[in-house]
Amino acid sequence: MNEMQLLTWARGTGLDFAVGIFLLGVLWRLIEIYSLGRKKDLSAARQAAGASGWHTIFRRSVPAEGMLKKSPVSYIGGYTFHIGLAICVFLFAPHIKLIQSLTGLSWPGLPSQFVDLIAVVTIAAMVVVLVDRINKPVKRYLSTFQDWFTWTLTFLPVLTGWMAVQHLLLPYTTMLAIHILSVELLLVFLPFTKLFHAFTVFGSRWYIGTVNGHKGVAV
Amino acid sequence: MSATMEKGVRVLKEVIDAPIASYFSSCVHCGICAEACLFYTETGDPKYTPIHKLEPLRRIYEQEYTLLGRLKKMVGLSKPVTDAELGEWQELVYNSCTLCGRCSAVCPVGNDIVYMVRKMREGMSASGNAPVGIKGAVNRTITIGSPMGVKLPAVKAQMKHVEEDYGLPIPLDAEGAEYMVMLSSMEIINFPEYLGAIAKIMDQAGKTWTLCSTAFEATNAGMQIGNSDLAKVLVSRIVDGAEKLKVKTVISPECGHAYTALRWEGANLIGRPFTFEVKHIIEVLGEFQEQGLLKTEGFETDKLTFHDPCQLARRGGVIKQQRNLMNMVAKNFVEMPDAGYMNWCCGGGGGASAIEEGEELRIEAFKKKKSQLDAVKPDRLVTACANCRIVLEEGLEHYQMDIPVVGLTEMIAEHIPEKGA
Ligand code: SF4
Ligand code: SF4
Repeated sequence: MNEMQLLTWARGTGLDFAVGIFLLGVLWRLIEIYSLGRKKDLSAARQAAGASGWHTIFRRSVPAEGMLKKSPVSYIGGYTFHIGLAICVFLFAPHIKLIQSLTGLSWPGLPSQFVDLIAVVTIAAMVVVLVDRINKPVKRYLSTFQDWFTWTLTFLPVLTGWMAVQHLLLPYTTMLAIHILSVELLLVFLPFTKLFHAFTVFGSRWYIGTVNGHKGVAV
Repeated sequence: MSATMEKGVRVLKEVIDAPIASYFSSCVHCGICAEACLFYTETGDPKYTPIHKLEPLRRIYEQEYTLLGRLKKMVGLSKPVTDAELGEWQELVYNSCTLCGRCSAVCPVGNDIVYMVRKMREGMSASGNAPVGIKGAVNRTITIGSPMGVKLPAVKAQMKHVEEDYGLPIPLDAEGAEYMVMLSSMEIINFPEYLGAIAKIMDQAGKTWTLCSTAFEATNAGMQIGNSDLAKVLVSRIVDGAEKLKVKTVISPECGHAYTALRWEGANLIGRPFTFEVKHIIEVLGEFQEQGLLKTEGFETDKLTFHDPCQLARRGGVIKQQRNLMNMVAKNFVEMPDAGYMNWCCGGGGGASAIEEGEELRIEAFKKKKSQLDAVKPDRLVTACANCRIVLEEGLEHYQMDIPVVGLTEMIAEHIPEKGA
């Protein structure tokens, strides 16, 4: 298989397969989790303004009182790489084209040099949070194979995408093929690892917000 | 596997619901919850990271409720939860967790960790892995009627004293009263002024109230140990009493967990909504204040600060009332850092104060409260929970800090003008 064939496979069969597992996996996991249901709360509710599941979905994106100072790397590094990832994935023109070809949806992208810069920042932020995970006793203590593995799964697409655009190390076609393959790996594993928080974070925040809303605690 | 262990695992399986599944699936191991937990911040030991306290429950979730986990279990790749492991976890689930809920307040993905600790205690207690201290409290509450072994005659004796001291009647089993007042053993034994305070406050407000001879104890050790069946027995006593006396409102005393047990867990424990309202005494005082039914005279002039009981403020949503009440009678009321919603626990909530083996850790964790107090250097510390009060007094004594602790209700009552004066 030469690099062209590899790229063709990655773009064709490979992509179909990965997207298929991703979609089925997400659906399965969502059902697996949320079909467990929960008991109705029979205690009398105390209403308060600004306390509900929906409020909490947004509010939890902001650090709790005093926490930014306690865990600056987690928050600043975390924000940076999450926003960076979102920009690279959804606002890079070639990605938008791909999404358009798959779904018909399209939106304006950002200039390629800008996305380039964002990719570098994202890579740097990810390295920083990794170092933090190694250095901080609590994070190291909590970390299992999954944490290192999912970091790698997330890191590779950014790195290889950036390298492909920069024509670094390997010929463009090969690097692009590797980039696509790394994304496919990420898609396949996302539903079954902690990366699934991308979906459940909304459910979790909604649940805790509802419980607090019921008690009239606005958080 | 022993029969009790089997039961424990079954219970752990049963308590897992969609929120818990969602929480475990959302955790990104960021460790931020550790920074919110006084047992971690004061010891620096990562094993006290809140989400880690739930590791056995998480594994049960994974092994029983996820496709991959079930596959792993089938081919023998997963580590089953053992009795020895749960035994080891006792320290994490009880001694080093006061159910204060700070972790739940900060988790960026929204994990309600304290909700899960509460649920995990169900399995711990079913498998026989709850601490003896709380077990004893539960047994006494079930057989005698209160965790400290207080019986009705003791309450009656207390009532008589208070009636003599205050010249006000203490009604018992008065049918049709508006309020039924609950006590905590701690108050009956250590802080009898509470009952007198209630008598004065109700008298001034012109409200009818009563104690109940079959339900005077509000604390619920069943909830603290994590045994819903026992918690239900205890709550039912109160429900029966309140319905028999046809009261409109049951007043939870200055005790955080009694409030949570009755206000938020009670109806769920007995499986139907209450026919009466439940309010914490501070909520009632807040209402009286708003309606102009509470009139005080004079002010405390020394420097006072207020310790928010976790179950009242963060877990119960009562935050403003105590501040309005403080300002009503105090000229020099200062707030500690993190006061209110994010206040730090005294270190002895959730049944922890009943665990003897946990004392050393509790004293260690108290350094957090000490640093809060050091920041404002108050002359006295006011709170609204008899359990906080005892734990605070112990901690203050240990660190040789000369700060008396007072209950807010009593302080308010002291400023109610004498009748006819
Ligand atoms: S703060 Fe939340 S997401 Fe972070 S480790 Fe704790 S439970 Fe997990
Ligand atoms: S509820 Fe409080 S004591 Fe328990 S783990 Fe959370 S922060 Fe720590």
